Amino acid sequence: MVRHLRNPFVQVGLWTFAITGAVGAVVWTLPWEPEQASSQAGPIDTLYDVLALVSAFVLALVTSILIVAVIHFRKRSPDDLRDGDPIHGNTRLEVVWTTIPALLMVGTAVYSGLVLANIEESKADTRTVNITGEQFAWTFEYQQERMRAGELHLVEDRPYLFKLGAKDVIHSFWVPEFRMKRDAVPGMTTTVRVTPTRKGRYTLACTELCGLGHSTMRATVVVEDQAGFDQWAQRLKSGEEPPPGGVVSQQGSQAAGTDAQQQTGEGGEAP
Amino acid sequence: MAAVATAANAGTLRRLMAPGWIRAAWMTLAGAAFAFALVVGLRAVQGIDPVIKGDPIVTVILLAAPLAFLVGIGGFDYWGRWMIGQPTRPEDHSDHGARSWKDYFRVNTDHKVIGIQYVVTALFFMFVGGALAEVVRAELAQPGQQLVDPDTYNGLFSVHASLMIFLVVIPIFAGLANYVLPLMIGAPDMAFPRLNALSYWLLPVAGVMMVSSFLVPESGAFNTGWTAYAPLSTNAPLGQNMFTIGVQFAGTSSIMTALNFIVTIITMRAPGMTFWRLPLLVWANFSTSLLVVIATPFVAGSQFLVLIDRALNANFFDASQGGDVISYQHIFWFYSHPAVYIMMLPGFGIISEIISTKARKPIFGYRLMALSLMAILVLGFTVWAHHMFVSGMFSWLRIPMMITTMLIAVPTGIKIFSWLATLWRGVLELSTPMLFALGFIVMFTLGGISGIMLSAIPVDIHTSDSYFVVAHIHYVLFGGSMFTIFAGIYYWFPKMTGRMYDERLGKLHFWMTFVGFNVTFGPMHWLGLEGMPRRVADYADKFAAWNLVSSIGAFFLGAAMLVFLYNFVASWASGPRAPGNPWRARTLEWQVSSPPPIFNFDEIPQVVGGPYEYGVPGSVHAVLNGDRKQVPVGAEPGAGHAGHATNGNGNGNGAGPESRRE
Repeated sequence: MVRHLRNPFVQVGLWTFAITGAVGAVVWTLPWEPEQASSQAGPIDTLYDVLALVSAFVLALVTSILIVAVIHFRKRSPDDLRDGDPIHGNTRLEVVWTTIPALLMVGTAVYSGLVLANIEESKADTRTVNITGEQFAWTFEYQQERMRAGELHLVEDRPYLFKLGAKDVIHSFWVPEFRMKRDAVPGMTTTVRVTPTRKGRYTLACTELCGLGHSTMRATVVVEDQAGFDQWAQRLKSGEEPPPGGVVSQQGSQAAGTDAQQQTGEGGEAP
Repeated sequence: MAAVATAANAGTLRRLMAPGWIRAAWMTLAGAAFAFALVVGLRAVQGIDPVIKGDPIVTVILLAAPLAFLVGIGGFDYWGRWMIGQPTRPEDHSDHGARSWKDYFRVNTDHKVIGIQYVVTALFFMFVGGALAEVVRAELAQPGQQLVDPDTYNGLFSVHASLMIFLVVIPIFAGLANYVLPLMIGAPDMAFPRLNALSYWLLPVAGVMMVSSFLVPESGAFNTGWTAYAPLSTNAPLGQNMFTIGVQFAGTSSIMTALNFIVTIITMRAPGMTFWRLPLLVWANFSTSLLVVIATPFVAGSQFLVLIDRALNANFFDASQGGDVISYQHIFWFYSHPAVYIMMLPGFGIISEIISTKARKPIFGYRLMALSLMAILVLGFTVWAHHMFVSGMFSWLRIPMMITTMLIAVPTGIKIFSWLATLWRGVLELSTPMLFALGFIVMFTLGGISGIMLSAIPVDIHTSDSYFVVAHIHYVLFGGSMFTIFAGIYYWFPKMTGRMYDERLGKLHFWMTFVGFNVTFGPMHWLGLEGMPRRVADYADKFAAWNLVSSIGAFFLGAAMLVFLYNFVASWASGPRAPGNPWRARTLEWQVSSPPPIFNFDEIPQVVGGPYEYGVPGSVHAVLNGDRKQVPVGAEPGAGHAGHATNGNGNGNGAGPESRRE
């Protein structure tokens, strides 16, 4: 038994097992990611966790081979002028470490493709919100309710299609709790689907560098039940809620130049 | 009296007209004055009001003054004289070699001088870019605004990234290869020495332009990131032009160097140096140069389009005028993804050299190692849109880009496993270059793995443009490229300077770098997953703890670089003299003195075997100087084959008589 433990290949196995376990425990048990607040978050997190565990194994394998090689095959004294074994290669081994990663990658691609189809699937009874980014504010336009707002209010468990546009430069829509992101691009309409599943207040952050106020270009996202949403819509229409678009938009440095852009941009969005 | 005055005048005139810094200075000013007159004149003729306007004048000066500088410093002298029918100075190679430190500040056609010019220039900009990063981390140590306003902050990280990519990683690899590649293939110099000199002198122009953008009044540095996405960049203030035009000079430099490498490798190999006997560093630079020649024109194009949009209102990227915003990203990434491999493949070559020598074993699977470089070269052109999974581009395009991105892990994995197999059953000498090489393997594996995660579209949708990406690129470009660069600098330091570096300081540098690097960039993975966007001057309070850890790591990493700087300068100035072949290596650059003679070899060597035949009894890589000296390959010590050579600490070329005495 002890004799086997001195075998470098056995040691690589033990090191790999230990490192994978340690890294895997850290990755899987500690809550690295924000809470899951959309139906998209679950599948994405599971994909991430699977990839993280496979990654932990690969990293552990590479590190273990390296550690064991350093322990076993290091030069013991400066006078040691020996050469290593003249091994030029091993075709079987090379075929193995070409084929296995290739298969692993194909598997990962298929799994990722299935998750992608799942999270971007269109669902019945989807509502649409037009979201417009400009330096440095977001505006939310509800088609069905015919209203505009500076906050994004969503009804729990209802599928949404966000149609994104930008007035001046590229912005990007990201609510980390939803795990979904899409750029808002001048001159075109991009779309992203989210089904919020957990009530709460979240922050929408712009994730595409858009200028001076990029780091402050945030908006509040509220997920609530239908009653809460209706109340908010009522208050919005009666003017009790802050005006849409925010005050900041007036400060946009290229306000004059971007009006034309916005018209062309929104022309495509009109239902 | 008159004769003396005339002679004095003639002397002054000669000094003004001789290639060098004086002529460069007045020609730069003349170029700027010409640009000023051209713009003002054209505006006056066309009746544009106001006649004197800052932006167009500066833009044209940025194009004209550097060209005038290059003419002044002497980059075009040979061709210029030839074109106007004056006698060209005969190729007596009087410009070759450096006799004093001043020779490094002149146009010089010696590949060894140019190599050192490249490396030192790149290291200078590494410290500038690093200092910018330290300010970024200082600002991010706490939430809120402490040191710099958001505009300056955006400028800091933009210039940091641009310098590190265009002035550090890409050119330092070109510099190391410039020095050792001709030696490795048994050539006296590069194929086009004058083009080589011109390629180098374009670099400081680009670097100075990017750094000086901080001085542009009312605008400050370009602050749209090194990606310079339109239409943010097309609407940015004047400082943006320093990037748009600076990239042209850096890009031209790398294209010309790459052409030079390709022609050198194809035409200047010593007799017997077949492609399958090339050291892997040469293979790596061959594939890198192909990448540069094919891809770099695209980044030049993307920035020219931005410049034309900015200066001439062409509306390539103005959606309101029918422009297409996303097309910028396609053109940009068609270069900038291959650029990742441009910044990594030469490092792969360096690691292969070091691991083989320091493990004293042949590279495991040499041919597959070379072929995997070519596979990465080809696949590298098919993955660019994985940077655009959330950009709103046509959605089915994401799937093939995801598959090719994942497949590129296969040749990369081949390389990592082959290096590990090369270590196995070797005799590992854990000196500084080897430590950096081993550190590279682990750090780059981690960077590659997070790359696989990012290539999975659903994970990318969450993590794209977050700090997860910042962590990933630093694991690839610092843990990857920079580790190989440090490994290469330590490995060839004795050859390039003729001095040994301090091994203890080298090891200290490695361990401080390894720890500082992981403390700085490791936490960024979690920050990104938690939801911190990249390129933000301020962040939500919940991200404060990990940001503080990261900043502390960054300052420690900065201290590590000071250790490196001290070791580099002190060892070059007064380190012990280096023997020709301190590592008992087999490739040709080690078979000549340190530093090598002006034309590298007394006679062109005859190559007769592979470069890494360690441990193979009686094997020979090359025969130098007729039959007087053989480069042994794989000799068992004391095995008594052609023993008159360089396996111990033989002193290379100069040591012929001594080694025969053995």
